This record gives sequence, C-alpha cells and structure tokens, in this order.
Amino acid sequence: MDMTLLLFLGFIVITLGITAWASRRSGSSASFFAANRSITAWQNGVAVAGDYMSAASFLGIAGLIAFFGYDGFMYSVGWLVAYLTVLLVVAEPLRNAGKYTMADVLAYRLNPRPVRAMASLSTLVVSTFYMIAQMVGAGALVALLLKGSHISFTMAVTGVGVLMIVYVVFGGMLATTWVQIIKAMLLMAGTILLSVLVLAHFHFSLSEFFTAVSQVSYHAPDGKLVVKDFLTPGLRFKPPYGPLELISLGLALIFGTAGLPHILVRFYTVPDAKTARYSVVWAMVIIGSFYIMTTFLGFGAATIVGRDFIAKNGGTNMSAPLLAKVMAGDVFFAFISAIAFATILAVVAGLTISASTSFAHDFWTNVIKSGKVRSQGEERFVARIAAFVVGAVAIAIAIILGPTANVAFLVALAFAVAASANLPVIVFSIYWKRFNTTGAVCGLAAGLVASIVLILIGPSVMGIDAASVAAAVRHPIQAAPIFPLENPGILSIPIGFAGALLGTLLGEKDPHAVQRFEELEVRANTGLGSEKAVAH
Amino acid sequence: MALPQPIPMPKPGNGDAKKTRWDRVQEMDEFRLLLLAKKEFVIPATITFVVYYFALPVLVGYAPELMDRKVLGPVNLAYLFALSQFFVAWGIAFAYVRAARTFDKYGAHILSTLKKEGFDDSTTGKEGL
Repeated sequence: MDMTLLLFLGFIVITLGITAWASRRSGSSASFFAANRSITAWQNGVAVAGDYMSAASFLGIAGLIAFFGYDGFMYSVGWLVAYLTVLLVVAEPLRNAGKYTMADVLAYRLNPRPVRAMASLSTLVVSTFYMIAQMVGAGALVALLLKGSHISFTMAVTGVGVLMIVYVVFGGMLATTWVQIIKAMLLMAGTILLSVLVLAHFHFSLSEFFTAVSQVSYHAPDGKLVVKDFLTPGLRFKPPYGPLELISLGLALIFGTAGLPHILVRFYTVPDAKTARYSVVWAMVIIGSFYIMTTFLGFGAATIVGRDFIAKNGGTNMSAPLLAKVMAGDVFFAFISAIAFATILAVVAGLTISASTSFAHDFWTNVIKSGKVRSQGEERFVARIAAFVVGAVAIAIAIILGPTANVAFLVALAFAVAASANLPVIVFSIYWKRFNTTGAVCGLAAGLVASIVLILIGPSVMGIDAASVAAAVRHPIQAAPIFPLENPGILSIPIGFAGALLGTLLGEKDPHAVQRFEELEVRANTGLGSEKAVAH
Repeated sequence: MALPQPIPMPKPGNGDAKKTRWDRVQEMDEFRLLLLAKKEFVIPATITFVVYYFALPVLVGYAPELMDRKVLGPVNLAYLFALSQFFVAWGIAFAYVRAARTFDKYGAHILSTLKKEGFDDSTTGKEGL
C-alpha cells in the first residue's frame, strides 16, 4: 500500500482512539462543550495554534511565498500580530464572563433572545463558510496527494466530513482539543524538519540562503526566462489597489481573529482567566515560530524546487509537499502530506464544534426554548444533531462546488464577518457602559450584511473572463467588479462599528443593561462568579 | 453541573441590606486601581502594536523603493521590518504577562476581602447563561 495512505490511516486510527477515550468522559455539558474546563495553559495554547494554522497557512502561504516571494510573507505577519488583540482585549474577559459561546458575553447584560439569535447566525455563517473552504481544499488536496490510489475528490470530501462529525459527535470538545494538540505538534515537527533541510541545503549559511532568494529564476507566462529578487515587495500586490488590499487584509486579520468563534470557544476549556492568558502566550510562541519558518518553506521551494516545476506538478498548494519530496524523498513527502491531511481534519473539527455549540446553546436553548430546556442532556443532544447537519451540509456543498472551485473568498468572508460583525459587539459589550440591545443587533447585522455584499460585488465574485477560461473557475457574475478589493475589511469593519454605535445612540436607553454592566465589569475583571473547572 | 443560582441573599452585618457582591466590589478602591492599571497598560500597548503593524503594509505599499533598500547583504529593509513584527508582538505579549501580575494581585485581594465579609464566590447568576 501507498506510504501516504498508510500514514493517513495511522492518524485516523490514533484520533479515533482518542475520540473513544473522550466519549467516556463526555457525560456532562461542561465536558462536552468545554472539556470540563480542565485543559492546561500549554495544552490550550497548542490547541489554539492547531485550530488556527489551517492548510491554508501551511500549504497556502508556503505556496504564495514560493510564487510571489515577499508579498506571500506579508500574509504570515498578520496571523501572529492578530493574537495581541486576543490577548489584550478579548480572552480574559470572555473566559470570566461566558460559559460556552461568544454570545454568552453579549447576553450577559443585553436582551438575550435577539442578541443570541443574531450572534448565532453570525457564528454559523463564519464557521460554515470557513468549513466549506477547508473541505474543498481538503478534497482537492487529498485526491492530489493520493494520486494513483483511486481516491476521488468526492470520496476524500466525504471521508474528511464523516471523520470530523465522528470526532465532534462522540468525543465533544475533549476529543477535538486533543486532535488539535496532536496535529499542531505534527505540523511543528514537519515544519522544523523541512526548515532544517532547507538550511542544510545552503550549508547553514543564511547569507547563502538569502543570496539565492534574491535571484530566483523561472519562466514567465510568455515563455521567457526571468530572474527576480524574491525579497522585493510588489510581485503580487500591484498598484493601484495592491497596497489598499494589503491594509484591508491586515485589518481583517487583526480584528477578525479575536472574533473567530472556533478560537474564542477554546478559552472556555481552561480553568480560569489567568490560564487563558498564558495559553494565548503559548499559542503566540508556536504560531510565531511557525510563520517565521514559512520563510524557509516558501523561499526554499522557490529556490530549490523552482516555480516552473511546482506549476507543472499540482500548483501553488503543492509547494511544501514537493519541497519535502525533492529534499528527502517519498517517505518524507508522505509524512508532510499526512500532516497536511491532519491539519485539515483538525481545523474542520474545531469549526464543527463551535458551530454546533452555538446552535445548541444560543439558538436552541436560549432563543427557541427561552433558556428552559428539559434536561442538561437536551442541549448536548441538539448539539450532536447540529454537528451532523452542519457536517452533512458542508460535505454536500463542497461536492457540488467541485475540486477546482475558487474558494479563497470564503476564507476572506469568514474573517471579514468575524472582524466586522463579531468583534465590535464583543468589545462594546465588555467595555462600553451605554451599549444596548439595539446597538448589538444593528452592529451584528450591519457587519454581516456589509461583509457579504462587499464580497459579492468584489473581484472574487464579479469579473470578466476570457472565453478560454474553464467553466469551474469563471467568475460567477460576468461583469466588472463594483468594489475593487477582495478583502472588504477596510470598509466593512467601520460599517460594523458604526452600526453598533448608531444603534446604541438611536435605541432606547436601557437602565437594566447599564446596571448589569457594573456586574459584568466586576466579573470580567476579577473572575468573581465565573464558571469553575469540573473536578473528575 | 451546578444549577444557576439566584443573586446572593443580603448578608447580615453589611449595613445596606440590598447590597450584592457586585456592588461591594464596585465600591472597593482596589477595584478602581485594577481598572486603572489595566487601562494604563492595555490602551498604549494596543495603540503601539496597531500603529507598528500597519506601518508595514503602508510603507511597503506606498514607499516600495525605500523598503527595497538592501541593508544586510542581500536582505532588504522590507524583510527585516516584517521579521521585526514577530519580535515586537512577542515583546508586547511578555510585557503584558508581567503587567498582569499586578492585575492578579488586585484581583486576589478583592476576592479575599469579599470572602472575609461573608460574600460567596459561587457561579452565577443569570438565568439562561
């Protein structure tokens, strides 16, 4: 049997074992939704890193650097800096004030039903779109990595989907956490190994390495051989809109990460705010080291493998696996491919649990049932059904879209909604006394609608293709884009904040919300009355 | 799983019969100092990292010649500036952890004062949370 497939199966067996172990410990809501709040700082830090470093980072950014040099590396920077927003502004108050979801913090002082309904909708939009993007990528990738083993795109997508449903439905947050931890460790091990191999290729001389990077040769589309300095900015982000695009992307990362539901729920798995703080620092150490090493992965692929070879053998996303193959042969290629597979599985599992938790806890329990469920088990049961449905829908949509669909805009959309809808209302409800229910509903709605509309009228969806462009990669709307940027953050984030601000000022004054703010302020800052870890 | 508990009952000997533990903390000097200490760190730190981070895309986008100046052999200013972002972010994170030790001290003091005065530290409080 094929080595890659064997390693895939090994990872599946180990993670299913963890799921079986976790399922015996997922008998209460605190364990199913929050892993008993017993995860330690380093464990949660590694798991946050695991949730965050998707295949888009591992394969995507390495590929962008291999093809566009410095401009690809620009992506790497924002992913780490974004965690300062999480650390300084969101993580600790969230852990102190909430229970299972982001909406807990909003519902604490505002009218819970409308606020939870909107927050749940926004969570589902972010998670499902992000998940579909991951699944399409996963299917295409698995089919490519296992070329020759008769595994089709449809089989790969279904397999990934079924596995993520199994982890979440049977193992809950505990299994999901450990899948993230294993995946993050594998990813770091693979990245460090590859980086060392690249450095060894240049005799461990950084000056030799960067000299090679400053003269990368490849064939331009017109067939001419060109030599480019890959450290020069501007190979991808070109005027007139390139610089604005970079700033807009940066805004979405810096403000969106702290609004991503699958990252936020991780802070409920630790015993207290102090542990949450240390886990962010752990995550930052890992995530930062990883993104610095993308330098070696990406530039290594550009100089050692070469753009021409990658373009002929699967395209940008194959840069890191091909680098492994060229450096150390088929076994290492299989290892790196298996890591990419683990990465995808772990990320979609994290998205599934955050989506299903929000549906069960926010929408079912608190909106439909007005907070009065018959038993604690009901909420878990609904979450399991929701995980199943969300997973099935994502599988179906990914299969309909097919392996060649351009889904990068779905990732941009997820970050834009997180930054424009979620973050403004989280920040205002923790820090602004006057904030009220109207403000929260308006902020969430404005951010959500602005992000979706700007993406729909932007260059990801609108564009005029030449007749020769294949049907699957054609722009859905054949017209010139109305909004010039792929990342709407620069406009949608101010719209989200403005919606929350205007809604608050125009809405009725809410003395109850102001009074509850005093309580929230104490709770968020001291941890008084916060959810405790469950001893077991 | 503890069931949601009602807002704590008025404690004997607290003077004001309606005072909750939340009201009590709000009037403590330590709590004011805690909020002030947090504000004094978090606001300047946030402004610093936001300005430093966005300086990168702005300079790369609008002053590409400057950023492409070679400063260390083949390595240009743009790459070094991008790399420095990682170390600045780590630096701010470690500075925050140090500053947060003070926050924790205030927090522990507030909670122990409450305990001495007979308020409880149970999980509350709002139905439906």
